[in-house]
Amino acid sequence: MDQHDNNHWLVRASTIRLLWIGGSLVLGLTVVAQIFIPIKGHFGTDDWFGFGAIYGFVVCLLMVLFAKGLGFVLKRKEDFYDPGEPIDGAIDGVIDGAVDGSVKGKSESSSDPHGDDT
Amino acid sequence: MTELLSPALWMVLGAVLIPLTRGHLRTAVIFTMPLLTLWSIWQIADGVAGTVSFLEYPIEPVEGSPVRRLFATVFALMAFLGSLYAFKTAKWYELAAAFAYAAGAIGVCFAGDLITLFLYWELMAIFSTVIVWCGGTPGARAAGIRYAIMHLLGGVILKVGIEGVIVSTGSIQIEPMLAHDFSTWMIMIGILINAAAPPVSAWLSDAYPESSATGAVFLSAFTTKTAVLALILLFPGEPILIGVGLYMIVYGIIYALLENDARRILAYSIVNQVGFMVCAVGIGTEMALNGAAAHAFAHIIYKALLFMSAGVVLYRTGKSRCTDLGGLFRTMPFTTIMGIIGALSISSFPLTSGFTTKSMISQAAVDENLFIVYMLLTAASAGVFLHAGIKFPWFVFFQKDSGLRPKDAPWNMGLAMGGCAFICILLGVAPNLIYELLPYPVDYQPYTTYKVLFYLQLLLFSGLAFFVLLPLMKRTETISLDTDWLWRKLGVRLLLVMESTAGAVKQRFDHFGVASARVGSYLALRYLGNPHAEDSEEKSVFSRSWTIGTTALWISVLLSAYVLANYL
Repeated sequence: MDQHDNNHWLVRASTIRLLWIGGSLVLGLTVVAQIFIPIKGHFGTDDWFGFGAIYGFVVCLLMVLFAKGLGFVLKRKEDFYDPGEPIDGAIDGVIDGAVDGSVKGKSESSSDPHGDDT
Repeated sequence: MTELLSPALWMVLGAVLIPLTRGHLRTAVIFTMPLLTLWSIWQIADGVAGTVSFLEYPIEPVEGSPVRRLFATVFALMAFLGSLYAFKTAKWYELAAAFAYAAGAIGVCFAGDLITLFLYWELMAIFSTVIVWCGGTPGARAAGIRYAIMHLLGGVILKVGIEGVIVSTGSIQIEPMLAHDFSTWMIMIGILINAAAPPVSAWLSDAYPESSATGAVFLSAFTTKTAVLALILLFPGEPILIGVGLYMIVYGIIYALLENDARRILAYSIVNQVGFMVCAVGIGTEMALNGAAAHAFAHIIYKALLFMSAGVVLYRTGKSRCTDLGGLFRTMPFTTIMGIIGALSISSFPLTSGFTTKSMISQAAVDENLFIVYMLLTAASAGVFLHAGIKFPWFVFFQKDSGLRPKDAPWNMGLAMGGCAFICILLGVAPNLIYELLPYPVDYQPYTTYKVLFYLQLLLFSGLAFFVLLPLMKRTETISLDTDWLWRKLGVRLLLVMESTAGAVKQRFDHFGVASARVGSYLALRYLGNPHAEDSEEKSVFSRSWTIGTTALWISVLLSAYVLANYL
């Protein structure tokens, strides 16, 4: 099963290539379509040809770069506030009586949640 | 008399009955109470239902209006869908707390006066804290305490403002005002704290991700959106809110981009989305307020859907960090699709509820000729697609193969997600369903060919940017500093410094005490003598036996000095 899953059609190189080609076509179409469907802008700039496309791409680029730069200053290790505390504490919390045995990721032993709400 | 009973009381009754019942009876309570609340909400007519006098104040427990009903409806709906999602796995006290919490939110919706509003406001604060604590980890306990302090502080500030308004105007009515004096500023700040506005936005991303897989679904729905309703009722058209909202929008995007924990990404995107609503309230036109209300409705549903899908992942795998996840689409196809529908909705993709509601806010900015606001809102729409629309599903369900092969969602969780997804798409394809419920008549056409084309360009090219910039967005096992550093680190350090300073001062005092005791004892020995010592009579001055003559001389000297001093 795992063997089959690892080669899921969606992660095959050929599918990914197809997705890139298809995606690029759709992207191109949305811009080309503007020739036939003129976009009515509200402020004079937003009806330029391909404005939405360029604006979308550029602001995302700027935001990612800004976040990246900010990350150098703001990023800290996960145990910054509580050194010595297990980070994966969440799992204990889920197990902690609330859903006994219902966390499957680790054990994969049972199939259905107990659903006992008492 | 019954018209004075708020629909919130059904939820209170539910919260009381949940601990008292068991098995199927409890399940029945859990499902019937939100439905009864929903029915009750739609029985409320517009206007004040009645007044009772309390401490000479005219209390109006129930006041109906379209916008109040709209918010109450989505709260009750969310209580129902959240209960469906949670009832099999959540502890009874988490469910009871969620009901009381929902009661607080619905109570605020219909509060006709500031005092009633404040009471329900605090009810929310208390029981939402309980839900954070239900996360069950030491982290959740600590985050719950920080959350409670923040909200109780917000409550105090709100109360100070309310008292001020009562003193200055003599009225406890909920009516539109502007932040023009101390009291109204306090009310607005109190509300904005609940809306996760700067500089305290960090409470949200600190507390919500610490809750349980089910608790976050409830938490995401009520507190911030009640604050939006309060802003709509009290501060429509307050220009400061435009700036506050825009800051929240950008803050949410940037921090979500930096974040590794999937549920914390969603928490940041709540701040981002509430920013749209706060900005709309600041614009304050009928279109903007309609947009804020409609967007709040849609947002509650799709955000719950996103938290539900992240909750299923946490429930099945025990993990929520992007670095631990990936490739889950193989065994969780349904949850993946639900997550994608939520992600598309939050990104305001055409045919989803986000498109038909959020675009009203942009339209309001256009109508008011607010060019910069419009451009920032448009940029933010692209940013939302980037940080929540693609990043969340990509890192959780796709990216690398984490090797995890968890089962898909249990039936009840799947059903709840399906219900939310259905509403997301329904409001996207039939927006009139929500437009008819809005506070003002809607004259807005969301689907025009060119608008759809513009948004498709904007969103799809943001998507392209995501995949092109993917190497820059490699997840790291880190958190990002926020203003909560001030009270989690700096505050603690200041306390430690104060403690050590106080310790040093105390030590000095102790030294001084010892030294002065020594001097005192020397002087006492010198002048009074040690009563237990055999030779005290010889050594000390005052305990020595003096002759009558010496004593008389001293008395006459002292009396003369006294007389002299008296005449001088």
